[in-house]
Amino acid sequence: MIASADTMSLRDKAVLSGIGETRYVRAPGSGKTPIALQMEAALAAIADAGLKPSDIDGIIPFAIPPLVAEDFVTNFGIPDLKFSALTPMGGASATASLQCAAAAIAGGICRHVLISLGRNGYSGTRITSRLAAMPQFRVVGEFEVPSGAVAPAQFYAPIARRHMELYGTTSRQLAEIAVTMRRHALLNGNAVMKEPLTVEEHQSSRLIADPFRMFDCSLESDGAACVVISAADHVQDMPKRAVYLSGVGEGHPESPSAVSQRRDLLAFGTHKAARRAFAMAGVTPANIDVAEIYDCFTFIVLRQLEELGFCAAGEGGAFVEGGGISLGGRLPVNTHGGLLSQAHVGGMNHIVELVRQLRGEAGRAQVKDAEVGLVTGFGDMCDGSVAIMRRG
Amino acid sequence: MSASNYLVPEPDAGPDTQPYWDGLKDGRFLVQQCASCGKRRHYPRPVCAECYSMEAHWVPVAERGAVHSWTVCHHAFLPAFKAPLPYVMVVADIDVDLRVNLQLEGPADQPLKIGDRVRIAYRVVNERLTLPVLVREVREAADA
Repeated sequence: MIASADTMSLRDKAVLSGIGETRYVRAPGSGKTPIALQMEAALAAIADAGLKPSDIDGIIPFAIPPLVAEDFVTNFGIPDLKFSALTPMGGASATASLQCAAAAIAGGICRHVLISLGRNGYSGTRITSRLAAMPQFRVVGEFEVPSGAVAPAQFYAPIARRHMELYGTTSRQLAEIAVTMRRHALLNGNAVMKEPLTVEEHQSSRLIADPFRMFDCSLESDGAACVVISAADHVQDMPKRAVYLSGVGEGHPESPSAVSQRRDLLAFGTHKAARRAFAMAGVTPANIDVAEIYDCFTFIVLRQLEELGFCAAGEGGAFVEGGGISLGGRLPVNTHGGLLSQAHVGGMNHIVELVRQLRGEAGRAQVKDAEVGLVTGFGDMCDGSVAIMRRG
Repeated sequence: MSASNYLVPEPDAGPDTQPYWDGLKDGRFLVQQCASCGKRRHYPRPVCAECYSMEAHWVPVAERGAVHSWTVCHHAFLPAFKAPLPYVMVVADIDVDLRVNLQLEGPADQPLKIGDRVRIAYRVVNERLTLPVLVREVREAADA
């Protein structure tokens, strides 16, 4: 694959230098404020990077309230914050923030960018109320919510239904994804879900928005995760093995504010992001050893596998069957259990897990000799973001 | 308080979109047609993406179309939608080039498939709000 100069511009210019997470919990809730959760995860990520909090000179807080960059400046006594930004792409934000951070670093604006996400998604404000506050939902808020399409499950379910009608994709194939994520979560000491899940249990779980059953839907949970991304020349001072950001991109679909108005319901922003990220990294899907794929719903994993080029359109169902995305399978996916079974931390936990895999710190879920990995974000009516990382 | 006491969330319309809602109250489904290039657009918005004109007329659509996809909703994410459960949301191709995502009236357990014929109808919610809905077309009327 030939990468043009513009798509190569961010390749290996930045490293994932630090990762941090809180405990992920549901009932009775974290008992902490979202600010305290994010500060806890941020302090862990900064220490992991071999930095002091006051070394942070760039901040990208999650675009959904309540935190702003100023909260970190105040709590950490940051003397000279040089860069702050938001990437308001819902679940695609965390991975899109890597592009934003790398661009700021490559441009010489700052050296150490903290990217933060955390909330009480279980014990605090739930999904429907959070969405209502987002400007990206203004259009459906006026034209679809009054008719009864209110939540992501209801906006995305017709996409899954269309895939099933066009390609014969089945609910049992979606169950394979849920079951695999659960199996991986059980290897992780910090997962909300602690019991195995079978295909039959998935098939008998209650319908939410057909074809999505309860176990097709991600968790609502409390917790925070943060990463620090640093200029590549920081590797000499880093206590941990370097993980380079080799390729990254964000993509926005046609009609980004309303799925229903998109001519091709199956066309996410992901394929646009993937094209840029793969070209920048100079690799192909065949080079990817492990993938952490945003899994707000099982089907969203299946369709992203197609958009990313791991299989052709319509082949996602066959791809995930028979342990295809399990540890030991052809492409291990969501080795931490994902949003479906570890916790819903907006996909920041996917970035954390990919860094762990490429450092060789993933414990019982470690993919042997993982050298190149991929992480995605997805959200906000099918915005996509893709990052490709390699171990140093 | 029973579920039916909860009110349907009402749209927060403004000058760019109010004619659409006013049209529904009159039993007409109106979309914008660019005054410059003639391109129709939906959902209502200020600019034509073809020619960037900000002038538009409101024109009625042919209210017939076909199922593009759907979901049967079994869980209410707002209290107002507990009473109608289960209900079907249908994404439909309407007229020649328009899309809607509306509730389908009638039983939720009747099978659906892509291409099934539907038409727009109007449901009065209260004196301020009339919502468009979809109803199935009987086969004889499919080519009407």
